[in-house]
Amino acid sequence: MFKNVYNWIDERLDITPIWRDVADHEVPEHVNPAHHFSAFVYCFGGLTFFITVIQILSGMFLTMYYVPDIINAYASVEYLQTKVAFGKIVRGMHHWGASLVIVMMFLHTMRVFFTGSYKAPREMNWIVGMLIFFVMLGLGLTGYLLPWDNKAYFATKVTLEIANSVPVMGPVLKELMQGGTIVGAETLTRFFALHVFFLPAVLLILLVGHFIMIRRQGISGPL
Amino acid sequence: MAHGDNSKEKVVYVGDSRVRRGSGFITPPDYTAYPGKSEAFIPNFLLKEWMVGVVVLVGILVLTISEPAPLGFPANASATVIPIPDWYFLFLYQYLKLPYASGDYIVLGTLGVTGVAFGSLLLAPFLDTGRERRFYRRPIASSLMFLSLAAIVYLTNTAWTEYKHEMAETGQIPEDVQREEKAAENRAKGLPTSSAVKAKEIAIVDKDDPAMALFKQATCISCHATDLKGAAGPSLRGVGDTHDKEAILKIIKEGQGQMPSMLDAATGAGLSDKDIEDLAGWLAKQKSQQ
Repeated sequence: MFKNVYNWIDERLDITPIWRDVADHEVPEHVNPAHHFSAFVYCFGGLTFFITVIQILSGMFLTMYYVPDIINAYASVEYLQTKVAFGKIVRGMHHWGASLVIVMMFLHTMRVFFTGSYKAPREMNWIVGMLIFFVMLGLGLTGYLLPWDNKAYFATKVTLEIANSVPVMGPVLKELMQGGTIVGAETLTRFFALHVFFLPAVLLILLVGHFIMIRRQGISGPL
Repeated sequence: MAHGDNSKEKVVYVGDSRVRRGSGFITPPDYTAYPGKSEAFIPNFLLKEWMVGVVVLVGILVLTISEPAPLGFPANASATVIPIPDWYFLFLYQYLKLPYASGDYIVLGTLGVTGVAFGSLLLAPFLDTGRERRFYRRPIASSLMFLSLAAIVYLTNTAWTEYKHEMAETGQIPEDVQREEKAAENRAKGLPTSSAVKAKEIAIVDKDDPAMALFKQATCISCHATDLKGAAGPSLRGVGDTHDKEAILKIIKEGQGQMPSMLDAATGAGLSDKDIEDLAGWLAKQKSQQ
């Protein structure tokens, strides 16, 4: 049955080459923890992606309840946390996942750095990876404000003050993020838009680039 | 399956940096050219990777259940809270408090050192161009990274210790803990457990005061509405909570934010100086709590 469906589509669209490009490749011995346990350091990239997927999924469920305005944001998060079935779990996964994705990404970056895997011909992939790192930090920064509790509010105030202290660009940057002269309703909607639409879009584009490059070039060889 | 040595396909995936760069073109052999232990990504390796993923997933769930995501009290600009960013920004936060990264040297802090550090991380492949990949044969790159890691650990630790210390000194308890305790207390008493702010309508104080007529006459209502709830301008109900008479008078005379000076408009509508003072005095009486 499945094969028939596949063949029906394949006859029309010739998807086999695409599938082979994506999935059909060998994993070399030196990155396989089944052969050398120390190769577990090569797991961190995959785990970063895995947790990113968890973040996207749990985040999608959170937006079913979250209301990005200053009057209802806190109340909606509180409702989600205390009343919604499994709301505590989904929010908890998003909260802890946000920290773990940074941890995994950091470990992945360190693995790539200390194995010298960023060297020719993989320079571009390193740069894309660093951009992913910055986008992730941006996601962490914007997501921190969304519960709209005191911790979120005051941390964001400090962050925007720091942005403000950058010469020339600073005040513009601050006003752009803040959407006015105070941290308030506009700041919350802007951070929400950045957190849910802008940054994830950039992240997905960068991830596609990251994965295409790793498939083109293969994983770096053993030391 | 993966492409063998005599693959006729144009694009041969999976390069191998074990192959030395020579003068001529070498068709990169793929991993199947090395005997034995490579493994198909799908499904063999992916299933193993999924097992690692499951362990991580269980880890997240255990964390989620044992330590629920924290939630404090609703944001309130007049609350006294020691600001603290998420843990992975602590090192930057602490670093920007250092004497040569703050105050007069803030540019050095935000752009100088931080810019150079992150910039060189971004451009690492173009700064560390040698062929050598082993970290112990790349002393400069490796020692710079070790130094940065040590600095990050040190700064993060200092930031957290200082935060804890400050909390203890001012006798503050983290708000998420306070909220949990308050909710538990209320639950035991059968009271509502929510900490969310409920919108309360604030009444107009002294609605029959002649100043109400002045308020209409002076065209204030075009922005602040006849019921004082605001339209283009903000609501003036409860304005006395945050502004005294002098402050209101100043705003009327000089404007504030998007509001222009209304002095000419008011005098043009026939208000005397005393009328304006009365109006400001009446507005200052608009307090939410009687």
